Amino acid sequence: MDEHTHNTGDRRELRMARSMCWHCQSEMAGEYFCDRCVKVQPVSKDLDYFSCFGLPRRLGIDTNVLEAKFYELSRAFHPDFYQNKSDAEQTISLGNSAMLNTAYRTLRDPIQRAEYLLDLEAGAVKDIRTTPPADLFEEILELQDTLNEFRASDRTSDDASALRSKLHVDRTALEQRQREMETQLLQLFGRWDALQDRGEATDQSRAERNRLLKDMRSILSNRTYVKNIVNDLVETIA
Amino acid sequence: MTRIVGIDLGTTNSLVAYMDQDTPRVISARHDRGMVPSVVALTDNGLIVGDPAKEHLTRSPERTVYSVKRFMGKSLADVQSELPYFPYTLTEKGGVIRIKLGEKSYSPPQISAMILKELKLRAEAFLGESISKAVITVPAYFNDSQRQATKDAGMIAGLEVLRIINEPTAASLAYGLQKKTQGTIAVYDLGGGTFDISILKLKNGIFEVLATNGDTHLGGDDFDQVLTELLLNEIRRQHGLDLATQPDQMQAIRLEAERAKIRLSEALQTTVTLDLPNGQGRFSRELTRDQLNELCMALVERTLGPCRLALKDAGLTPTDIDEVVLVGGSTRMPLVRQRVQALFDKQPHCDLNPDEVVALGAAVQADILSGGTTDMLLLDVTPLSLGIETMGGVMSSLIRRNTTIPASAKEMFTTYVDGQTGVDIHILQGERELAQDNRSLARFRLKVPPLPAGVPRIEVTFLIDANGILNVMAKDMRTGESQSIEVKPSYGLSDQEVERMIEDSFKFAADDVSARKLIEARLDAGALITTTEKSLADGSHLVAPAEVSGIRAALAALAAAKEGPDPRAIRGRMADLEQAAKTLTVAMLDDSLKQGLQGKKISDVTGSAE
Repeated sequence: MDEHTHNTGDRRELRMARSMCWHCQSEMAGEYFCDRCVKVQPVSKDLDYFSCFGLPRRLGIDTNVLEAKFYELSRAFHPDFYQNKSDAEQTISLGNSAMLNTAYRTLRDPIQRAEYLLDLEAGAVKDIRTTPPADLFEEILELQDTLNEFRASDRTSDDASALRSKLHVDRTALEQRQREMETQLLQLFGRWDALQDRGEATDQSRAERNRLLKDMRSILSNRTYVKNIVNDLVETIA
Repeated sequence: MTRIVGIDLGTTNSLVAYMDQDTPRVISARHDRGMVPSVVALTDNGLIVGDPAKEHLTRSPERTVYSVKRFMGKSLADVQSELPYFPYTLTEKGGVIRIKLGEKSYSPPQISAMILKELKLRAEAFLGESISKAVITVPAYFNDSQRQATKDAGMIAGLEVLRIINEPTAASLAYGLQKKTQGTIAVYDLGGGTFDISILKLKNGIFEVLATNGDTHLGGDDFDQVLTELLLNEIRRQHGLDLATQPDQMQAIRLEAERAKIRLSEALQTTVTLDLPNGQGRFSRELTRDQLNELCMALVERTLGPCRLALKDAGLTPTDIDEVVLVGGSTRMPLVRQRVQALFDKQPHCDLNPDEVVALGAAVQADILSGGTTDMLLLDVTPLSLGIETMGGVMSSLIRRNTTIPASAKEMFTTYVDGQTGVDIHILQGERELAQDNRSLARFRLKVPPLPAGVPRIEVTFLIDANGILNVMAKDMRTGESQSIEVKPSYGLSDQEVERMIEDSFKFAADDVSARKLIEARLDAGALITTTEKSLADGSHLVAPAEVSGIRAALAALAAAKEGPDPRAIRGRMADLEQAAKTLTVAMLDDSLKQGLQGKKISDVTGSAE
């Protein structure tokens, strides 16, 4: 049997690998195009998504700037503009466009952006929570029971309609909870960015860095857990 | 750069358009309209396409194919429920539907290729040049198999399909170019057989699709069908006639139903009349628009669900939509317009002809590809999630629906058993949790070096290109070697089958002059090579050695030219060879004459030719 695992790759390398142009072998100085022969260059696998857009590695980013940069790079890489070029250039254009689209999708969404940054900074796959967060334990177990009861019930019965209204209340509460976590995250994001902006190399700043990473990771995985429960709930009572 | 045309290969009608300076135009034949009915008929004089073929719908229904687009990339099981409505015979071979026309069976891409060829000829006659490249549109909600089938159709028709683009996004290109539309728009595209909704953001020449949804089996055909049902029932009740079993009558009713539907887009009431077979009188009834609306209401409602889903996926509400654009002939129905207007709470636009706008957009995209238009760029999405089957028959999603294309995902595979040499991968497309509920796209076997379990690391890249078509690559991470993967499509033609169909189409296409010339030249060259070689074997002793080597050189030159694409070069080398072999031919003729004359009377030689 096959088994597949998500490839996290070695995205930690920051710099774009400066090497030679694949076409004219001259030293590469330009960003994505060779200065000498103007051929498009494959985006280095080691280039992180922030650098790809020329953005600092921060959790708060101006999405208008991101979009403008995405459009600009799309115009540079999209296969539509390589129809008359060589096979090699078409292949590079396709690979670069696919990478660019993934990068944009990841950075556009604040949660995905944070998960990606955690991955870059701490280098681990995101935690996948299988048990409820401690402070929600009782609540969630009870909800699961209600959900199961509702699934087994005759949807037209009075019991079912009582269960349904209970689930609606639970849903509102969980959605509220999810929003709270998102607010907490935003605060952490702000603190993270401020810490980066200060750029200190003290023990204290290192400790804060690690604490922030740990907190963000924990809330992110709790949020994903709650979000999945809410999705499940919405689907069931729909 | 050779010219690239844009083609709308529709369920009911097809069109070809080109870019005239900076304005896209539909090409119409002389004294004719731009639309070519997507109908192919087998007549005593061979296969015919378009308007003349449409006349055969009632004359020889079992030999006249319409709405073939519904069968593209499908298996027989997929379309089982509609089979009773089609008068022609469908079978299946290797997961691909075959349509029987006389003695032969054709796959849907072959039938579509005939329509494409008609459009190609039309464009060639109009533009006065040979056309070999095209952009072809497909419904946005077409899956991989259906897109691939469309590409195959292009190849069979002798067209290099440079891009498959989505119909609603093509329409948005035409609007963007001609109406300078900006902002967030919804394109509601209800055609003859398919429905699409696409939500786009138009900004500074970038056409970014935010979400798309649809139903590839919902369109004007279905409205005709419910009306046909009604008429059939009434005829049965009033006249005691069951016309459902008579293909020609069914077609006559269907066509009248379609005409009545079209009339009711303008009028509030119309009369449906049908001559009953064998002089059994005439059926006639009044039909009001309200009655038609009632019949079609459920079908029109079915388009609204996908609209809401697309909005949700785009993270938008109806109030966020700046403009609603209507595309496809079926949006002429007042009921459709009402429902769309109610959903989005704004008056929908149809400034450009809804029948032509998709072809016009395809021409714009063709111009972008040829480098003519440089300020516009379409960023489209994949309509369905792509994934693989994992343990327990669950689908694991790799590329989510509404991801901007090109899109890629990498997945690492390893083994569970020591010495295992292969991993079977099943690729799926769809939104359901279980593999079996999704569309099977293809299967392939990943080759793995025999090593202890868990040691091999094979990275598989799934890449959806700008056509929305999947490409799969594999790389052994230990050795860094790439592995070619032969993907067997679940519901499509294999490469070899497409090859063969291309050859077949050359054989049968009397119109494809240049291709035919090449094939004929190759056949003739082959025959000449065979006879010359035989002559050399039999008679090389009759001529000087220099003659023989001259002939061999000419033979080699012809053999090389025969592999090339130029029939004139082949004919040229054939003439060279005939020239070089002249002495040998004459010598052999003399020799055989001499041999023949021996022991014969003079009268036998000079006598009559009997």
